[in-house]
Amino acid sequence: MTALRRLGSALLAPAMAVVVAVVITALVILAIGENPGTALQVLLDFGDTPAQQTQSIVVILNRAVPLFLSGLAVAVAFRMGLFNIGVEGQYRMATVLAAGAGAAVALPGPLHVLLIIVVAMAVGALWAGIVAVLKVTRGVSEVISSIMLNFIALGTASWLLTGPLRGSEEGAAIITTTDIPESGWFPDLNGLFGVVGLAQPRSELYGFLLVAVVVGVVVAVVLTRTRFGFDLRATGMSPSAATASGVDARRMVIKTMLISGGIAGLIGLPDLLGDTRHFGTEFTAGLGFLGIAVALLGRGSPTGIAFAALLFAFLDRAAVPLQFADIPASVVTIIQGTIVLAVVIANELARQLNRRRAERGSGQGDPPADDGTSAGPGGPVGTRITDDRQEAGR
Amino acid sequence: MAEAATGGAHPPGTATGDVPYAVELRGITKRFPGVVANRDIQLRVRRGEVHAIVGENGAGKSTLMKTLYGMHRPDEGTILLDGREATLRSPSDAIAAGIGMVHQHFMLADNFTVLENVVLGSEPTRGGRLDRATARRRITELSDRYALNLDPDVLVEELGVGDRQRVEIAKVLYRGATTLILDEPTAVLVPQEVDELFGNLAELTREGLTVIFISHKLDEVRKVADSITVIRRGTTVGTADPRTTTARQLAELMVGSELPTPGARSATVRDVPVLRLRGLTVASQGSRPAVDDVSLLVREGEVVGIAGVEGNGQAELVDAIMGLRPLADGSVELGDQDIADWSTRARREAGVGFIPEDRHRQGMLLDAPLWENRILGHQTRPPAVKGLFIDRRAARADTERIMEEYDVRAPGPDTPAVALSGGNQQKLIVGREMSASPRLLVAAHPTRGVDVGAQAAIWELLNTARAEGLGILLISADLDELISLSDTLHVMLRGRLVATLDPTAVTPEQLGGHMTGAHDGAAGAA
Amino acid sequence: MSTATTAATSAPNRGPLTELLLGGGKARRITWGLVGLMLLMSVVRIVSGEQALTSSSTFATALLLAVPIGLAALGGLFSERAGVVNIGLEGMMILGTWGAGYAGYQWGWVGAIVGGIVLGAAGGLLHAIATVSFGVDHVVSGVAINILAGGIVRFLSELVYAGSDVGGGVTQSPALSSRPPSFSLPVLSSGPDLLGDLQDTDWFLVSDVAGLLRGLTSGVGILTLIAILLIPITYLVLWRTAFGLRLRSCGENPAAADSLGVPVYRMKYIAVVISGGLAGLGGVALVFVANIYKEGQTGGRGFIGLAALIFGNWRPGGLAAGAGLFGFADGLQLRSRTAVVALLLLLAVLLLAVAVFQTTRGKYVQAVVAAAFAGLSLVGFLTIEELPTGIVSFTPHLITLLVLSLASQRLRMPKADGLVYRRGDH
Repeated sequence: MTALRRLGSALLAPAMAVVVAVVITALVILAIGENPGTALQVLLDFGDTPAQQTQSIVVILNRAVPLFLSGLAVAVAFRMGLFNIGVEGQYRMATVLAAGAGAAVALPGPLHVLLIIVVAMAVGALWAGIVAVLKVTRGVSEVISSIMLNFIALGTASWLLTGPLRGSEEGAAIITTTDIPESGWFPDLNGLFGVVGLAQPRSELYGFLLVAVVVGVVVAVVLTRTRFGFDLRATGMSPSAATASGVDARRMVIKTMLISGGIAGLIGLPDLLGDTRHFGTEFTAGLGFLGIAVALLGRGSPTGIAFAALLFAFLDRAAVPLQFADIPASVVTIIQGTIVLAVVIANELARQLNRRRAERGSGQGDPPADDGTSAGPGGPVGTRITDDRQEAGR
Repeated sequence: MAEAATGGAHPPGTATGDVPYAVELRGITKRFPGVVANRDIQLRVRRGEVHAIVGENGAGKSTLMKTLYGMHRPDEGTILLDGREATLRSPSDAIAAGIGMVHQHFMLADNFTVLENVVLGSEPTRGGRLDRATARRRITELSDRYALNLDPDVLVEELGVGDRQRVEIAKVLYRGATTLILDEPTAVLVPQEVDELFGNLAELTREGLTVIFISHKLDEVRKVADSITVIRRGTTVGTADPRTTTARQLAELMVGSELPTPGARSATVRDVPVLRLRGLTVASQGSRPAVDDVSLLVREGEVVGIAGVEGNGQAELVDAIMGLRPLADGSVELGDQDIADWSTRARREAGVGFIPEDRHRQGMLLDAPLWENRILGHQTRPPAVKGLFIDRRAARADTERIMEEYDVRAPGPDTPAVALSGGNQQKLIVGREMSASPRLLVAAHPTRGVDVGAQAAIWELLNTARAEGLGILLISADLDELISLSDTLHVMLRGRLVATLDPTAVTPEQLGGHMTGAHDGAAGAA
Repeated sequence: MSTATTAATSAPNRGPLTELLLGGGKARRITWGLVGLMLLMSVVRIVSGEQALTSSSTFATALLLAVPIGLAALGGLFSERAGVVNIGLEGMMILGTWGAGYAGYQWGWVGAIVGGIVLGAAGGLLHAIATVSFGVDHVVSGVAINILAGGIVRFLSELVYAGSDVGGGVTQSPALSSRPPSFSLPVLSSGPDLLGDLQDTDWFLVSDVAGLLRGLTSGVGILTLIAILLIPITYLVLWRTAFGLRLRSCGENPAAADSLGVPVYRMKYIAVVISGGLAGLGGVALVFVANIYKEGQTGGRGFIGLAALIFGNWRPGGLAAGAGLFGFADGLQLRSRTAVVALLLLLAVLLLAVAVFQTTRGKYVQAVVAAAFAGLSLVGFLTIEELPTGIVSFTPHLITLLVLSLASQRLRMPKADGLVYRRGDH
């Protein structure tokens, strides 16, 4: 009963947000003189033939996998009160270097893939580690530093692509790295469609889906069932209480950012290993920023993030068909942006409501709480550090 | 101001029936979701008197004062000011009606000067610019007239507690208040500062101003008040004349039964050291160290009390013992081990229990359920933890045990901590720390902000644990608590231990003298 | 900026290091610092032979690019002084660029200014609604606004420009229908152009100072003038008026302000909307540089503005200095890729100074780290001929990061900055 009610209140906020976003978008579409019904139809129209329909599902799933990983990367840091806005840069750096490494070596199948994964995770973790080190040693807000590192990563990646790792010929319109040999490809899951009796789609369903599921389960278990996860969440809820309980805040920042960056390193791999086989100027961009939206929509829980990623992928699929229906594709971005804004507002309202209900339930909470202010998870974007030692040490 | 001066200063007690009351409340009721905070309150305050409102923590005094200051509106009842019915929708309305509030927690911007804090919200301007000259002149006038002794251009963060309180009073007077509400004004003051405050209050009433003084300290109330209204469980239960009422009678009115006292003490001190500090020094941002060469010893079965005005290094001392702050010098020994280089976690694992001074900041995860709060600080130890994993079932079971044994009143272990009252939160913390059977307990203000029942329970728990051989370092601002619980009492001033006193032979006044440095160099021997 | 001008004209003799650090008041110390920096840059220019380092065109570009950063930082100042962290500056700036592009091609440069401010302020209003009324975490709301702003401008462009024949497209607007006016100092910087002549003489220090002065006084756009004027105006408004005192009180202790009848919510709304308007104006400045709106034009300058604000310790003068620094880095990377290499030499010298300073304070670890990086920079300067475009493009961001990690220790942010304030919770 209580579990059911808790689930209900957990779903309430995102559901409300999606409804609000849909209404706003409908109004926007009406305002430009098009029919929102048409847009809805396009969103829901997966195609006429069975093959087209499974193809639509594959497109959605293939898009959802990197979004899910990106959301996870953001959420891990978020749960301890850190804002890793640098996921974008972390995955760009990780993907270009993993593509380079994958193309440079020849190993037997599984090992080759494993090497690429390890390189990607290591690069992502190191890149995120810079943010962590700057935060704990120099007190630089992770928000600002990770944003700056995004630009640095984009510049560096573009230099690596045009310079040392260049694989395509001089003068080619699209510059790419050298293709990864077949031993480094990740097998697809199209066999599944045959097993469950669905038509074969045109494209391959990324096998990386399985990796994403495993990562999701591991993250869920670590966060909720382990000591480490407890320390992490405690730091997120109250840095001062966590420190007093014996959590080493600085070490926690570094560990969390390394994990977050490691997961961020995986974001580009579904596309890299399942489809393009190289990194290039046309490689999917913006996944890191969307990950922030996905993590917020999913309220930081792996299950929620999975649903959020599917929702975003579902919306993304409609971008091209929408244009055929004379509706600007950026409607999708507007829906997504509105959902995020609506969901953060709804989350906040739900949190206040829950608090009030809890206080009423036991009828004893001090009605006026001691502090008039509450710090958000990100903390201020200045130089404030969760660890009192820093101040004292200077 | 002009009003105040012409208002005519009636000597206390001579107000006749024709003169309307400065403040009169009739049948005020205020409900919060699920709680009736105030019920049928009756209050009559004469002009020019100090009127005390006494009641224990949680009796509804603060709610009442917020009603009077327009911070929320009553559900029922009427407010009369000078005989006229008034509707107070916001503090601005209250200010306009001549009511001013000196909050228990100072409402000051540290990074602003005294002047800026005082004029904020009703600034004198000239040609659109803030007229600092006029503001400075008016504040100086106020300061001279009521002996507030304020320098308008000092940053508030550089001021001590007593000065800050006078800034609060100046803020209220600056707005032309004729009725001042002081919410627990003595809670943060030492006895000498309290006397100064009472001097200021006398100045105010001499000028015809009215003071409403909220407190639960009966001796002070009897000293300063001209009349007393007692409030219990959200309603007014009677009025009293301080000259004819004894503290005992007041207390019975207030609590409805006997007052708890920390209880008798029998020496249980064993000659086994638990905690030894040698030359402990903690650096601060300023030139003077926050903790300066502190050496002390806590033995098994001993309560060592640290008295001191807040901000004299007690918080830093606690942090240093808990490993939350680096040492500049000195050593911390637990038993016979030097733990100065240990992490906070290692210290806790070695048997240091911790009751932090601010439980919301350091002691609890407010949004987390009670069973997660049970784990907090004990993340590496059974029963709630098994290896690298958390044992949720065991954590819940043990939380239920603590709730039972320590009388934590809550629906269940899944209740979020925020839903508990301060007293129940504190009992959970005490229970949690005791459950790990520590050798040393660092208890900072263990009964701050808890109701009388919980206070008695916590004192009882500390006494029992001490009898069983626990060493306790007790930091408190409650002098009665310190004197009655401690076996040894140190006084901390400007980061140093300036006196060691025998708690059986010292009075709160003497202790206060040491705390403010009035007795420097004449430290009594233990 | 104005202080920079006066500083550089003062007598260029250099006192001993102790005098420099201890003598005089704050203003004098800053003056000395600037003189020293100018001297250093002059030396680096001569050693490296990179004339672009102190040429008037570099300084002019620096000024031009400091304007959007400075305006965003001013926007951040209003917001954060009122206690609302504004990561959404970037998004508001994006909205501003679009508004300027759209209004600019219809009604010319005045329209562009109004359009940019209005759209930016709309973004600010959204941030205020989320953070002040609904109590959403400030960073979360800001990030959401940044994401949303990108979608909105793309959508608006598709709506207005796509398929029409006015010359715009999905990612850019048509050109502005009129150019904003600009001004040069007569005789010195235009006409006879005495400073220009002086700059070309290649004399030590003299031509560098001339370059600086000419860069700051020739072809200065109207918006640049507005931005420079806004800095003292902001100071006066925030620190010398009752309105400013009330606004700042919301960032220091909102509960106290509330208890004194200051309308905290309203003040925060006003501050965040002004913040958005200023960020939008920053966007206008970018549109004026390119004469059209282009998608992605902001390039993270809203974020750099935020960094300039932090660097400037939440003060108008400080953030102006920060904006000048980041504008210079930005200008240099656009002017000359080889000149960026010369920056490495500058960096090496500065880091060496830091190392020496830390050694005197007994902080050996910091000193060694600084010295190591100084060595690295020097090696870089000696070995690298020209940096590739990818690397050069992030010069301002890298410098932002470096400066923050060196400077962010002694800063004091408004005490209640970033904290959600709910009335009645106290």
